[in-house]
Amino acid sequence: MIRADRIQGAWIAWRALTRSQLREHPLQLLATIAAIALGVALGSAVYLVNGAALEEFDQATRRLVGAADIVIRGPPEGFDEALFVSLARQPAVSAASPLLELELTLPGAHPPLKLLALDPFRAAALQPVLMGEIGPDITRLFARDAIVLSRAAAQELGLRRGDALPIIVGAGPKSLQVIDVLSDSVYPEPLGIMDIASAQWSLERIGRLNRIDLRARPGTSVPALRSQIAAALPAGVVAVTPAIERGRALTATRAYRVNLNMLALVTLLTGAFLVFSTQSLAVLRRREALGLLRALGVTRSQLQCALLGEGAAIGAAGSVLGALLGAVVAALVLRYLGSDLGNRALAAMSAVLVVRPWPMAVFVLVGTGVACLGAWIPASEAARRAPALAMKAGDAEPALTRLPTASPGLALIAAGAVLAWLPPLGGLPVAGYLAIAALLAGAVLLIPTLMQWATGAARRSGRATLDTAVAQLQGSAAISTISLAAIIVSFSLMVAMAIMVHSFRSSFDLWLVKLLPADLQLRLSFGSDTGTLSVDQQSRIAGLPEVARAEFRRVRQIWLHGDREPVALIARALNPRHAADTLPLVRAARQDAPAGAQPAWISESLQDLYGYRPGDRLQLPLGARVQDLFVAGVWRDYVRPEGAIVMARADYIADTGDRSANEGAIWRRPHISSAALEAAVRASLNIGDALELIGGEQLRERSLVLFDRAFAITYALEGIAVAIGLIGVSVAASSSALARRAQFGMLRHIGMLRRQVLGMLAIEGVIMSTLSVIYGLLLGTALSLILVYVINRQSFNWSIDLAVPWPQLGVLSAILITASALTALWSGRAAMSQDALRAVREDW
Amino acid sequence: MSINPPLLVLDEITKRYRPEGAAVLDRLRLQLAAGEYLAIMGESGSGKSTLLNLIAGLDRPDSGRVLVEGVDLATLDDDAVTRWRRASIGFVFQAFHILPYLTVLQNVALPLDLLGVRDRERQQRVLQLLEACDIAALAPRYARDLSGGELQRIAIARALVHRPRLVLADEPTGNLDARTAQQILRLLREQLQMNAASAILITHSVAAARTADRILQLQAGQLHAVTAVAAAQSP
Repeated sequence: MIRADRIQGAWIAWRALTRSQLREHPLQLLATIAAIALGVALGSAVYLVNGAALEEFDQATRRLVGAADIVIRGPPEGFDEALFVSLARQPAVSAASPLLELELTLPGAHPPLKLLALDPFRAAALQPVLMGEIGPDITRLFARDAIVLSRAAAQELGLRRGDALPIIVGAGPKSLQVIDVLSDSVYPEPLGIMDIASAQWSLERIGRLNRIDLRARPGTSVPALRSQIAAALPAGVVAVTPAIERGRALTATRAYRVNLNMLALVTLLTGAFLVFSTQSLAVLRRREALGLLRALGVTRSQLQCALLGEGAAIGAAGSVLGALLGAVVAALVLRYLGSDLGNRALAAMSAVLVVRPWPMAVFVLVGTGVACLGAWIPASEAARRAPALAMKAGDAEPALTRLPTASPGLALIAAGAVLAWLPPLGGLPVAGYLAIAALLAGAVLLIPTLMQWATGAARRSGRATLDTAVAQLQGSAAISTISLAAIIVSFSLMVAMAIMVHSFRSSFDLWLVKLLPADLQLRLSFGSDTGTLSVDQQSRIAGLPEVARAEFRRVRQIWLHGDREPVALIARALNPRHAADTLPLVRAARQDAPAGAQPAWISESLQDLYGYRPGDRLQLPLGARVQDLFVAGVWRDYVRPEGAIVMARADYIADTGDRSANEGAIWRRPHISSAALEAAVRASLNIGDALELIGGEQLRERSLVLFDRAFAITYALEGIAVAIGLIGVSVAASSSALARRAQFGMLRHIGMLRRQVLGMLAIEGVIMSTLSVIYGLLLGTALSLILVYVINRQSFNWSIDLAVPWPQLGVLSAILITASALTALWSGRAAMSQDALRAVREDW
Repeated sequence: MSINPPLLVLDEITKRYRPEGAAVLDRLRLQLAAGEYLAIMGESGSGKSTLLNLIAGLDRPDSGRVLVEGVDLATLDDDAVTRWRRASIGFVFQAFHILPYLTVLQNVALPLDLLGVRDRERQQRVLQLLEACDIAALAPRYARDLSGGELQRIAIARALVHRPRLVLADEPTGNLDARTAQQILRLLREQLQMNAASAILITHSVAAARTADRILQLQAGQLHAVTAVAAAQSP
C-alpha cells in the first residue's frame, strides 16, 4: 500500500513535470529525443548492416563446409593427393572428400571466381545442399571442362547454361563450359563447382589437392582427432574446425566492426550529454516548481524518480524511434550502397536485412539507459535540494555547486593515462577505449575549474559588454560545464579522429610511394590462384625496347596456423643489406642472418599475431620442406592484416624451383610514354585484361580514393556526433538566454542598447566556443595519441606515424566558433523578442 | 505646485493594450518639476507600470507626447532613447535585478561602465555611493549571498551612481518587510536630495507614498491628485 502510494506520488510528479516540459519547451525536448534517436539509429544500422553481411558469410561458409568435422587446408598450389588416401583410411574418419578450392583467374576486369572442385559422390555426403541442387545426374559434372555456376556468379559474369567461361591458367587462356546455373538459395555468393578430376586436369594441378573435408565417426572426439591429424600433416598444411572456418570473417572484421560500433556509441554518449544538459537546465528552470512539489508532499525519492522517469521517457522515445530509423537506414544502405561500410572484407553481394527483436530491444534498452544516466545527476541534485531553497528566487549557479569538481576529474585523467598502457584484451583494445572514456569524463569534470581559471585571468577592459560577458562566464562556470559538455566531447573526438585518419593517410601515402617506385605496376587478377607469368613471359617483358628495367614478384598464400587466415609470402628482388631501400622497415635485426639461414622480413601484423621478433627464426613450409628463415626485420604493411612475409626471390626460387610470377614493377626508358609502355607490355603477353597494368602514380591515387571511401563512414558518424553536440550548445544557449531574459530586460532598462546585449551574448558565445575549441583541440590531440598508438595498433596490428592536419582543424575550429556564436546570438535574439519590460517583472 | 521648470511633461497620452480594447491610460496629463519626488498609487492593473515604461521610453504611447526637458521621446529612435535613458534615468525594481555573477561594486558600476566613465572616477563615485548607502563593506561580495534589504540598497546605489535627472522606482519596497522598507525609503529620499534628482515612485503602500512630495492616484486611465489623508483611506 505504501509502495503503491510512493509510485502514485512519483507518477503524479512525473506527469506534471513532463506535461509542463512538453508544453513549454517542445523543441528542446524534440532535439534531445532526436539526439538519442540518432545515436541508437547509427548503432543499430551499423549492427544490422554488419549482421547482414556476416549472416551471409556464415550461410556461404556453412554451404561450403557442409557436414565436415575437420577441414584440411593447404596452399593454393596444393599438396599431394596421397594425403587424402591416408586420411580417408584413418579408422576414426567415416567420410572424406577431396577438394580443390581456388580463386580462378578470369580475363577482363572481373574479380577472381571462387571455385570448389569436388568428388560428386563423396561430396554428396558432406556438402548435401550444394550437391542436392545439381540434381540426380551428378555425372554431368564429369564432362571435360564442365562447370556449374551459382546464380550470383552467372549474373556477375553475364553467363547462362551452355555458355563458355574463359579463364587464365598458368600463362595462357582456357575455357570452361557452363552446364548449369544453381538457384539463389543454394549459395548466395559467386561460386563455380567442378568435378575434382576435371579441375585437376583443366587447371594443371594433376595429383594435387588443397583441401580435404573429413567427417569423424560417431563417438569420436573431434578435437583429439584434429590434433592427431594435425601432428602428421606435411608442412604448410593445417587442420581446422568448421567453427574456425565460419568464424574467420567474424574474426577478420571484428576490430573494424568494434570501431564502428564505438563510433556509434560515441554519438549515443554525446546524446547522453545532451540529455544531461537538457535535464540539468530543465531542473534549474523549474527549481521553484520542484520546490513547490516537495512542499506539497512529494518526497525526495518520488521527485528523483519523476525526474529520472523524464529522462527515461526521453530515452525510450528516442531509442524506439532510433531503432526504427536504424532498420530503415540499414535497409537503404544494403539496397543502394552494399554491406561493406568501407571494409571490403565485409562486402557480401546478396546480404539480406534481418531485424530480430532481441538485439533491437537491447539497443532500445541501451539508449534508454544512457538517457537515464544523463538524467541521474540533475535528478539527484534536484531531490537533494531543500524545498525552501529551491523556491527562493536567485541565480541558478549555487544549485550546481555540488557537481563533481577538479579532484575526480584529475583522478579520471590519471586512470585514463594508466589504462592507455595496458595490452589488448582478446585482441581488442578494450583498455584503450576505457582510457578514452576516462579521459573524456575527467576532462568534462575539469571544465568548471578551467573556465574559472581562464576567465579569471581576463583583465577589465572598461567596456561594459565585454566585461559583463566575461563576468557572466566567470560566475556561471558550472552551468557552462552543462552547456559545453556535449560539444567538447564530440569536438575532441572529431579532432582525435581527424588526426588519426590524417596520420593514417599520410603514413599510407608514404608507404605507397615507398612500395610503388616503378612507372608501371603489373599483376594478374588480384587474389587469384590459377594465373601466373611464365619465365618466358617475364623475359619477353624485360626484353621490350620500351622497358628500362623490370622486377617480378611471386605472391602466394601460406598457412602458418589452422586457427588463423593464411599469410602472404612475397618473393621479390631484394638486396638483404639494403632492405630499407625497398621496404618500409620499422625495425631491423641487430645482427645479419647467420650463415645458411635465409633472411625474411615480416609485417607488423605477423609480428603481433604470431609473436615473431627481429632475430628470431621462422619455420616456413616452402617446396617440399620446411625452410629455416631468419627474421631480419619488421616492415609496415597496410594491405594484409592477416600478415605477410617478404623474402628474396632468388632464395624463394632456390627453395621451391618456382620461377613463375604474378606481380611485377616496370620502369620505362626515357621518352617512352606510359601508354606506349602499357601497350607494348600488353601486346607481348596476349592474355587480355586479366593482366592488370596501372601506373604507379595512378595506383597511388586510386588507393587513396579507396582509403578515403573507407573512412567516409567514420567522418559521417563523427560529423553527426558534432552536429548533436551543436544541438546541445543550441539547447543550452536557448535555455540560458531564456533564463536570463530578466537580466536582459534590466540591462535594457539601464541603458544597454539592444545590439549591446546581443553583442554581449555573442562575446559570451565566442569566448565559450573558443575556450571549448582550444580545450577540444588539446583533449582531441591527447585522445588521438591513444587512437594512433593504442587503439589502431591493437585493433589492426599496424603502426602509423602521427601527423596533425592543422589546416582542416583550423577550418573546423572556425566553423564551430562561428556556429556557436551564431547559436548564442540566435538564442539571445529569441529571448530578447520576449518583452523586456515584462521580463524585469518576473521574479528570478 | 513646484516653481521649477518641468523636467517631464506627459501631454494627453493614451495607451491601449489592444487596438479595440479600453484605454489603460486615457489622455493622461502630468508635469514633473526638476527635483520633485512624486508617488503614484493605483490598483493592480490600473496602468502604473505602463506609465513608467512610457516615461522611460521603453514603450510608446498610442497618442500624445512624452516630453523630457522639452524633447519629445517619439522623435528619438530606439538607440537614441536608450542612450538618453542610460544617462538620464535610474531604475529601482521590486525584484532588485542585481546581476548574481557580478560583485556588488561591479553591479553598482554598471551604468558608469555603459557611459564609459573611466576607472578612477568610476571607482570614486561607486565607493562614495556605497558608503552613502551604508553598504561599502559589501563591495567585493556577490549578490547571491545578500538579503533583500541589502539588494535594494545596491539597486538604489546603482540607480543614482551616474547622477540621473530622474529615478523611476517601481514598487521598490514590495519585497521587503515594513522596517526594512522604511529604511530603504528613507535612504532613497536622502539620496535623491543629495543628488538633486527627480523621482517617480510607483507603489501600493501608503507609507511609501507618504515619503514623496506629491501623491497622485491613477484611476480610469487618468491621474488624480490626492492628499496623504485621502491616500491613507484608499483601498
